[in-house]
Amino acid sequence: MSTTTLLFYLLAAAAIVSASFVISCHKALHSALSLMVTLLSLAGLYLMLYAPFVASVQVLVYAGAIMASFLIAIAIVKNVTTSEKSHSNPDWIIRLASACPLIAFFFYAFAKSRQLFPDRMVVAQGSNTQQIATLLYGEPGRIGPYTLTLEIAALLLLVAILGAIIMTAIIMTKNVQITD
Amino acid sequence: MPQNPFHEVPERSYVKSILFVVFCVEIALLVPWAVKFKALGLFGLVEVIVFAGILAVAYLWTWKKGTLE
Repeated sequence: MSTTTLLFYLLAAAAIVSASFVISCHKALHSALSLMVTLLSLAGLYLMLYAPFVASVQVLVYAGAIMASFLIAIAIVKNVTTSEKSHSNPDWIIRLASACPLIAFFFYAFAKSRQLFPDRMVVAQGSNTQQIATLLYGEPGRIGPYTLTLEIAALLLLVAILGAIIMTAIIMTKNVQITD
Repeated sequence: MPQNPFHEVPERSYVKSILFVVFCVEIALLVPWAVKFKALGLFGLVEVIVFAGILAVAYLWTWKKGTLE
């Protein structure tokens, strides 16, 4: 077994095991930390697929910022941190049965991947971060196809910040209790 | 129960986490520019200044509002 295959199986096993911890842990904090491990092992898988940009986004945005906001949300809501009631329900058979079609679809897509997406199997070549840069920022003197989208994305992020602050201002002036 | 560090002003700490998400996305989008910095030159710099300028408005407004304190 080559090193690449071994690394792939290690990362895949880490992702699956930590993902099962996410749904089986009794404390929300432990679930969130397991989710972080899942996201980091997925970042490792992206790196193995020669996608360093996606891997860096995964580490920075998902495992970093979004998980931080998850943890802060867990810390804010008192009910979640204190409750330790069991997540196991008697209707787990129904849940397993409803998950089966999805698993079957994954197996079908895996077996038939070349026929389903013949032109999507791109052989990794060179630095695709540079290709993403050409798409996002264009060549010197000529804007790329997604340059305008990038600027609009900045506006969208601006609106997100404004919305968050305005909502907080409303909550603080009305003194609404969100801590339950 | 351990002392909750966010008990004082939970809304404000949540805004901080949203700010963290937003500026993380900004940094992630700046990575390709950094990779192709020399090839893009002044043109890319202008694009990035527009991009970062829009978010700098949000940052300055947040600073003025006192959310970061």
